[in-house]
Amino acid sequence: MFVGQVAGEIVSTIKHPDYDSRRLLVVDRLDPAGKPAGGYLIAVAAIEAGVGDRVLVLDEGTGARQILGNPQAAIRSVVVGVVDSVDVE
Amino acid sequence: MLLGRVIGTLVACEIYQGLEGVPMLVVQPLTKSCEPKGETIICADSTSMAGPGELVYFEGGREAAMALRETFVPVDHAIVGIVDDVNLAGETLEN
Repeated sequence: MFVGQVAGEIVSTIKHPDYDSRRLLVVDRLDPAGKPAGGYLIAVAAIEAGVGDRVLVLDEGTGARQILGNPQAAIRSVVVGVVDSVDVE
Repeated sequence: MLLGRVIGTLVACEIYQGLEGVPMLVVQPLTKSCEPKGETIICADSTSMAGPGELVYFEGGREAAMALRETFVPVDHAIVGIVDDVNLAGETLEN
């Protein structure tokens, strides 16, 4: 998993059926200090998260399918949490 | 998933079983602001509706094959959707 910040949303009409009625968020990767680490990912929103939120992103298929309740889903990246704080020693 | 721009098509005269009829497209990966980044890749198209010039999003890894009708196939990237708009804070990029 990694911590990211929601930068925006993707609007898409034509898509794989596994993605029907799912929100797609553009998430910037953050370093532990909360600064952009370079790179981004498009992830399915499994929780309510919006632009500007710091979020926890799962980038692994089996866990993603478990969360979405579809053992055949072709989905790998899922936003699974909104982060309050990250403390690094 | 990442954004990509379809820049071409690929036709194989012979292909591994299970991949017959699956469209293969040449895709340039993009940054979130739709600037080209990285080397081009070949993606299977699970929507069967993408074509050159279009803005798409693609999945990599095992999930790419799972997006296809035949799921036990040698595929590492697949287009899973065609983008209408990318809404970044304060700006909208249209396909």
